[in-house]
Amino acid sequence: MSQYLLSVHGNDEIYAAMDPDLMQTTYEQVNVFNAELQAKGSWVFAGGLHSATTATVVRVSDGETLATDGPYLESKEHIGGFWIIEAEDLDAALAWAAKGSAACGGPVEVRPFEGEPAADDA
Amino acid sequence: MPASDFDTRLGSIFRQESGRSVATLVRIFGDIDIAEEAVQEAFAIATKRWPATGVPPNPGAWITTTARNRAIDRLRRETTRHGRHVQAALMDEDDKPVEEFSALSDDRLRLIFTCCHPALGPNVQIALTLRLLGGLQTPEIARALLVPEATVAQRIVRAKKKISAAHIPYRVPTAAELPDRLPAVLGVVYLIFNEGYTATSGAELVRSDLCNEGVRLARLLAELMPDEPEVLGLLALLLLTESRRAARTAADGSLVLLADEDRSRWDRTSIAEGQAIVRACLQRNAPGPYQIQAAISAVHSDSPSTAETDWYQILRLYDQLFAQSPTAVVALNRAVVVSEVDGADAALAAVDVLPLDRYHLFHAIRADLLVRLGRFTEAGVAYARASELTTNGAELAFLESRRASLPGPPERSR
Repeated sequence: MSQYLLSVHGNDEIYAAMDPDLMQTTYEQVNVFNAELQAKGSWVFAGGLHSATTATVVRVSDGETLATDGPYLESKEHIGGFWIIEAEDLDAALAWAAKGSAACGGPVEVRPFEGEPAADDA
Repeated sequence: MPASDFDTRLGSIFRQESGRSVATLVRIFGDIDIAEEAVQEAFAIATKRWPATGVPPNPGAWITTTARNRAIDRLRRETTRHGRHVQAALMDEDDKPVEEFSALSDDRLRLIFTCCHPALGPNVQIALTLRLLGGLQTPEIARALLVPEATVAQRIVRAKKKISAAHIPYRVPTAAELPDRLPAVLGVVYLIFNEGYTATSGAELVRSDLCNEGVRLARLLAELMPDEPEVLGLLALLLLTESRRAARTAADGSLVLLADEDRSRWDRTSIAEGQAIVRACLQRNAPGPYQIQAAISAVHSDSPSTAETDWYQILRLYDQLFAQSPTAVVALNRAVVVSEVDGADAALAAVDVLPLDRYHLFHAIRADLLVRLGRFTEAGVAYARASELTTNGAELAFLESRRASLPGPPERSR
């Protein structure tokens, strides 16, 4: 089993302007998807994020801490939420990503985590 | 045997056998780098040993066994880096007789589906397939694809890293997945052949190394998936296309059109093989784009001349092809057939609506039709546009000569 980050990318302005009914439907679809991930034992963690305008970037250089308002990347599109899942291989992860994309209505990026989850014989 | 003959023989054994050996070792060790290095090492040993001992009766099995043993030795030496499960796997491997892993052709099938995984980009799929299944070295792939060696090396390194980091599986897709996954594999083999058939750049029209590699890979797929009609269709299409290779260029390397090809130079052996496959496909009655294109090619290969070609049958096949793949390029090729059946007027009307302004053959075909309609000035403009867009030297020379041979418009009067 390997762990993958499934991140959803989208435009905050479009989210903000989204029709409330559609928003509600999306939430419900994502709940169904989350329940399926949990039932199949693939769920590790997941969450939706507030808009990128609520982000703060912190840097330490030469011992000084500097906090700046706003997201790290100046971009129209930002990560809006994510799942961390456990899957047999990339095919299984891509199949989950397809379901996740259909549920949330946005593109889902799949990235493998480094290293294996703690193996029992290690 | 003189040294150079031996090198040639070894080179051809490497091309024949390395894909199978690499595929088997990837299955055993679950790692492409380990597999590739071990197979390279085994061939290095063969280069030293075989001149004295002679080539063994089954060189592929020898290479696979030697490579497997080398890889096991290496992993044992580095054993601290590997867990107990690797040790266990190694113990297990030690007991297996050679035969068991010498005949497993489906290892190569696994490998090609890994190489052509949809999570890898098309360029990467091609480079990786040529390297791992075709047994081509990085410089050979770079020469074949006309890209710098460093680019090919980087693509392969990244691909291997992604396969291992993202856990791209090493298995043949299930029957349910196959319809989604097979087209990419067929597409890679088709692209390899096609890149050879009309090279994207360079002066030569045909790059026979890539054509040969494409046919070889198509044969391998047909051997591995003998029940997939589209796999057989691809092999038939490549064989029938390949059969015309010698006639497609004149002695000076310039391009010859189908209508002007010397059909006595067509390779009858390839035609017979291709046609037999097309007939077998027809009996299965599960047509797909490759089978239909092969059938079209089979009709041409039956015809003694353009005039005697059964254009009606070809048009019916194009209708069938367009129903399955309704693309503008198929519509363009269909229009060429329309010109034979219904005349240049009808064909031009069909061509003019196609959104293919960036495609050189669109302009070349338009130009030919305009010539037949006596609209020479417009034809000249269209040939010029086609010349601008082609990147192949032989095609460019051909288009320029067509334009130059147009009946002289007033401004060219001498």
